[in-house]
Amino acid sequence: MKNTEEIFNLLKEKFGEAIIELKADQPVEAFITVNPLELDKICKYLAETDELKFDSLMNLSGVDEANGESTKDEEGNLTITGGTLSVFYHLESTSLKHKLTLKVSAPRENAEVTSVSEIWKCADWHEREAYDLIGIKFLNHPDLRRILMPYDWEAGHPLQKDYRNPEYYQGMKVPY
Amino acid sequence: MGLLDKQFNDENIVITKVGDLLNWARLSSLWQMSFGLACCAIEMMATSASHYDFDRFGVIPRPSPRQCDAIIISGTVTLKMAIRIKRLYEQMPDPKYVISMGSCSNCGGPYWEHGYHVLKGVDRVIPVDVYVPGCPPRPEALLEGLLKLQEKIRNESLVKKSA
Repeated sequence: MKNTEEIFNLLKEKFGEAIIELKADQPVEAFITVNPLELDKICKYLAETDELKFDSLMNLSGVDEANGESTKDEEGNLTITGGTLSVFYHLESTSLKHKLTLKVSAPRENAEVTSVSEIWKCADWHEREAYDLIGIKFLNHPDLRRILMPYDWEAGHPLQKDYRNPEYYQGMKVPY
Repeated sequence: MGLLDKQFNDENIVITKVGDLLNWARLSSLWQMSFGLACCAIEMMATSASHYDFDRFGVIPRPSPRQCDAIIISGTVTLKMAIRIKRLYEQMPDPKYVISMGSCSNCGGPYWEHGYHVLKGVDRVIPVDVYVPGCPPRPEALLEGLLKLQEKIRNESLVKKSA
């Protein structure tokens, strides 16, 4: 059983620059921020190393942090430029009984994160959901389609903070 | 009024009008589509089960839209589902009836403002005969909705086209 700080030191030794920081002084549990383009290698290491054995991805959540520059037009419509979209991964080792939270942040305009669906199969649909609702692209994902919204939805990704719903979809009025 | 309150002139003979007889037959065997969308569908299933017993009004679920007289829209109609509902409705043979069950399918319900994925009322894609309010409606309310629909069918005319 290892705590987040011990795991952070292990990862730092192995991956160096790709491990960005450890945040331990949070009201929530401590988490490690890593490079989104090297996430798959890091996760493979976390899942397969004998002293870590993270065999379960408990949750994968996309977050629009809305930390870019916000502008409002005269109708009050919000537009955010710059900043990041993030993904949080909650891992657990069912045999060693320890847990870990990972965070990756990617630029809002072209958010690309490497897929972990090869390592944990359950990540497949979670990543599709994060793609559908937040707009994060998962590189090397086997089937990155929308999962909840209609396949031909063109108005964007609904859980982005500056999302605007369309007036019509397939001839149906959308607003009340 | 109904069929059975017409007078009995002989032991086995009921005198009535053809229209009334046909309407009575249609309203007494409304086959509904076995189709549920959300939590309202749980109440609809409870209505079908032994305690409330939809079958005593002749309502039985059919697995194909081609064998159905009525469809109960029981739950939240998402934009993705609305297209499928329209297609199912179009596959049903005439005459066909729609019961909109619960606030979601009546008007969008709790999703009316922030539900980016919800159609604000199923009447935007198919014509609705009876609206049953509630969130979700109790089985008694759905039964009342069915009785209203039966009332509507009872007053239909074979000659005049219904609205």
